[in-house]
Amino acid sequence: MNREEGTGLGDWTLDVLGPPGQVRPVVSAPAAVLSRAGGEVDPTAEQTVRLAADLVATMRVAPGCVGLAAPQIGVGARVFAVDVTGHPKARIGHGAFVLCNAVVVEASRWKAGREGCMSVADLTGDVKRAGHLVVEGALPGTGATVRLVTDAFEARALQHEIDHCAGLLFLDRVAGAHAVYQRKVYL
Amino acid sequence: MSELAITVIGRDRPGIVADVAEVLARLGANLTDSTMTRLRGHFAMTLICVGPAEAEAEAALAPLAADGQLLATVRVVVPDAEQTSNGVPYVLAVHGADRMGIVAAMTRVLAEAGGNVTDLSTRLAGALYVVLAEVELPPGVAEQVTGRLAATAAELGVEVTLRPADPDLL
Repeated sequence: MNREEGTGLGDWTLDVLGPPGQVRPVVSAPAAVLSRAGGEVDPTAEQTVRLAADLVATMRVAPGCVGLAAPQIGVGARVFAVDVTGHPKARIGHGAFVLCNAVVVEASRWKAGREGCMSVADLTGDVKRAGHLVVEGALPGTGATVRLVTDAFEARALQHEIDHCAGLLFLDRVAGAHAVYQRKVYL
Repeated sequence: MSELAITVIGRDRPGIVADVAEVLARLGANLTDSTMTRLRGHFAMTLICVGPAEAEAEAALAPLAADGQLLATVRVVVPDAEQTSNGVPYVLAVHGADRMGIVAAMTRVLAEAGGNVTDLSTRLAGALYVVLAEVELPPGVAEQVTGRLAATAAELGVEVTLRPADPDLL
């Protein structure tokens, strides 16, 4: 992990969100909330901070979960949590954080990869994602606008979560008719 | 409610999918898993559907096959219980000069290692033959399988790669 290259968070940490959030049930497709663009939020609103804390708490309890967007817990809002810390495919990493109203401002080095989603339990798909990404968004609590420069796995995770906030699933971006696969059921 | 395995194959033309799907929809047949693809000018549909009786589906598809351009088959299958597996997913790619027995030899290597092919397609383009397969291998055998595939590929004079297809869960 190279924290220097992704300096965007400043001194923001999860502590800003206050006490741990509630673990909320994860919504599975098909569900209308997953296919509707989320609304913009006020990042300093108490409700947004609670939502951010709930996203982090829910992400934490799901094994292998590296990101979770508000629509996945049934809330149509542009808020998501990400934490790729320790993932073998991660290079630049910003630790655990939550972004509100995030937008992609630069995307390059597109690369196909197979991804799955907690809200689409039985399928995976090949999706092209940018391997170099610049994202702007607001941090919950402080409301500070940040610009995150990232790559590799964190870039993929951010694009996946930003898509959720726009009402898109990886299924909306799969490479072709033969690019969706049955996800294995592990023993 | 019966589960049916239906195959339809015929000369490719616009509208085959719509024609077959319409017939099945009118019967109240619910398409579950299917693949439909063009193979050298023939269009091949393999699908599982739930709902109508075998005879009903056969009778409904018969008019489509009446001109001899399409062949449709229907058979009852027993629904499978949800399969669990501890296999690890890989993608096998083989390419090289076309010759007899490439698929047979390569898939035999996989089978002998306990590998299960879940998807496979081949394409012949001029002299070039291409095989792509999704395969689940038992844990820990990939290295050995890679070696055997390489040896088999060398005998056949083709190139082979086996790479993990493990998805990133986001």
